Amino acid sequence: MAKEFELNEVEVWDGNYAASQALRQAQIDVVAAYPITPSTPIVEGYGAYVANGYVDGEFVMVESEHGAMSGCVGAAAAGGRVATATSSQGFALMVEVLYQASGMRLPIVLTVANRALAAPLNVRGDHSDMYLGRDSGWIQLDAFDAQEAYDMTLCAFKIGEHLDVRLPVMVHQDGFTTSHKAQNVYPLQDSVAYKFIGDYVPVDDMLDFSRPVTHGAQTEEDWHYEHKAKQHKALMDSRTVIDEVFADFKKLTGREYKRVESYMMEDAEVALVLLGSSVETAVLAAKQLREEEGIKVGIVSPRCFRPFPYDLVREALDVPSLKAVCCLDKSAPGGAMGALFNEVSAAAYSTKARPMMTNYIYGLGGRDFAVDEAKRIIREQKAHADAGHITTDIQQFSGLRGPKLGFFQTRRG
Amino acid sequence: MAITSIKNLKEFSTNNDRFEGAHLLCPGCAHSMIVRELMNCTDDNLVLASNTGCLEVSTAVYPYTSWDTSWIHIGFENAATAASCAESMYKARKRKGTLKDPDAPVKFVAFGGDGSTYDIGFQWLSGAMERGHDFTYICLDNENYANTGGQRSSATPVGAHTTTAQAGSVSYGKKQKKKDIVAIMAAHGAPYVAQLAPNKWKSMAKGFQKALETEGPCFINTVSACTTEWKFDPKDTINITDLATDTLMFPIYEIIDGHELNILYRPKNVLKVEDYLGAQGRYRHLFKPENKHVIERIQKDIDEKWELLQRREEARI
Repeated sequence: MAKEFELNEVEVWDGNYAASQALRQAQIDVVAAYPITPSTPIVEGYGAYVANGYVDGEFVMVESEHGAMSGCVGAAAAGGRVATATSSQGFALMVEVLYQASGMRLPIVLTVANRALAAPLNVRGDHSDMYLGRDSGWIQLDAFDAQEAYDMTLCAFKIGEHLDVRLPVMVHQDGFTTSHKAQNVYPLQDSVAYKFIGDYVPVDDMLDFSRPVTHGAQTEEDWHYEHKAKQHKALMDSRTVIDEVFADFKKLTGREYKRVESYMMEDAEVALVLLGSSVETAVLAAKQLREEEGIKVGIVSPRCFRPFPYDLVREALDVPSLKAVCCLDKSAPGGAMGALFNEVSAAAYSTKARPMMTNYIYGLGGRDFAVDEAKRIIREQKAHADAGHITTDIQQFSGLRGPKLGFFQTRRG
Repeated sequence: MAITSIKNLKEFSTNNDRFEGAHLLCPGCAHSMIVRELMNCTDDNLVLASNTGCLEVSTAVYPYTSWDTSWIHIGFENAATAASCAESMYKARKRKGTLKDPDAPVKFVAFGGDGSTYDIGFQWLSGAMERGHDFTYICLDNENYANTGGQRSSATPVGAHTTTAQAGSVSYGKKQKKKDIVAIMAAHGAPYVAQLAPNKWKSMAKGFQKALETEGPCFINTVSACTTEWKFDPKDTINITDLATDTLMFPIYEIIDGHELNILYRPKNVLKVEDYLGAQGRYRHLFKPENKHVIERIQKDIDEKWELLQRREEARI
């Protein structure tokens, strides 16, 4: 039996350590992992628990991230709780197996410290890896700070392993800005955290020989389509379970989470939609501008990136006063509008107000996103609202050195 | 461990019920013989993993499965990882008391073709061997990417025609030597490594049993004659395999703890390699006068390898 870890009511943890503590408390059976900046301390933290008797599961240090996710799939099919951690290139190397894990309906938890994708090589935080996973069939939860990295990781096991869901879950936090930033974190005691998650319930267990199972069969045009449709349904239906788990978590801790967080939207005329650690920056900027300049600005942040909360984003944006919305994507868009812009615009299109939609690309490779820049973007939205049409290019780059970069103009001017 | 002792071929062909006869492998494919032999040689519970390849696509096409035991396929390259981490899960659950039947012995076995073993899955195999899991990896070596229609692999021998190393007016087929996977696996310090052939079914069963009994990662390379891509009549699978072992094109031996080499089959009459090459369409072009030098090179390579194996065996180091 693993030793109990003595925890204070308040600990000073960074996002990585918070995630590793949540993994320890889940009493995982197999962690198969490969280290990569900036998520390495999650794996190292877990290694320290293993070395000191705080974990009685297996810790398998494999030869690559592809091997890590492959190991997670093999272990999960053998009927136990499984998790790992990664970032960036490691995430990219895992991609093949991410699709296999979700297609095989194995509830693996992957904690991701978000980081840019090369080239050029860059170790800093942006959302390129998170976006790379967006069609992989995983549930993707986004933690905005270290407390949330801890909370979301505990919730991830309960959501993914729920018998109505049985899907793998990623918990994202921003590389460095969250993963390496220490803050006050309120942990649960080991027994309370474990009780919240509950015992793992094996399904189609390869180690139950009374009922042999075949995992990873082939399907061609006769059945593949139906499998993928069922998988999509499971992912869409997981919204209910996510809401339930967040409600249970609130009962236990008093901390409330929603699939879409919204701030000051009740009377908003303009809004920013963004993810991750920048949410705090944007909320601060919005509060100041409401006070200093009277701009009625709100912030919307999808905490659940997948399944994309079309319903709740629409609800958040269905404000009669809303005129202009800017979606900020922290991932190189590769010849398209930002993914968040596209998805949020689709949801906004079916609101009554149908606000003007613009897109900023920002923060690539760890480029700082500060309150002043958030304010500038909010003021720009206010200018659109006042003019009645988009006064800038629809897609722009924030904080870019050199000449301004923008694409597409409105036809509504 | 419960070892099944098989006395004769009739018993061998009739006593297995964990690998169903209904599968999609080509008539005459040696894969099913080798798999059947593995599953015949033990009564222990089996967790099997298979890389993508002929065996996998022929045995688990939804909604059917040929496997009446635990079986998993993930991708082309990671059966070694799947089997080895399932073994880690077994250890963890045994320790925590969450297994349904904790006292029943379980063996973990991964299968891969030469494509996934020598080439695309090489890293995953090497990683699993180094980590020291208690599992056995069996390579079904048919010396080409047969599942995708016969392209070269690094297990394809010199002179063989494949669709990506073709014999033509200025080419005699593959120019590079076959990778020595057995030596590479032995160099990992694996406790048991062997090269076996299904025509020598008794030594194959013994080798499989040794691998399953040995604690730690074991590796076995098996020759699996490919009627489709080697181009011979499906009824001749075992005859071709006899020629492979009797010409010493495919010597049968084991290496224990990375160094102790034992030759498991010594042909009474060693045949010339032309007998083996001439029986297969993939080598037909080598019998043109301009390619005589290739056959000479193949024979020389065989002789040198056999000499090396004998010296290694004598040295007992």
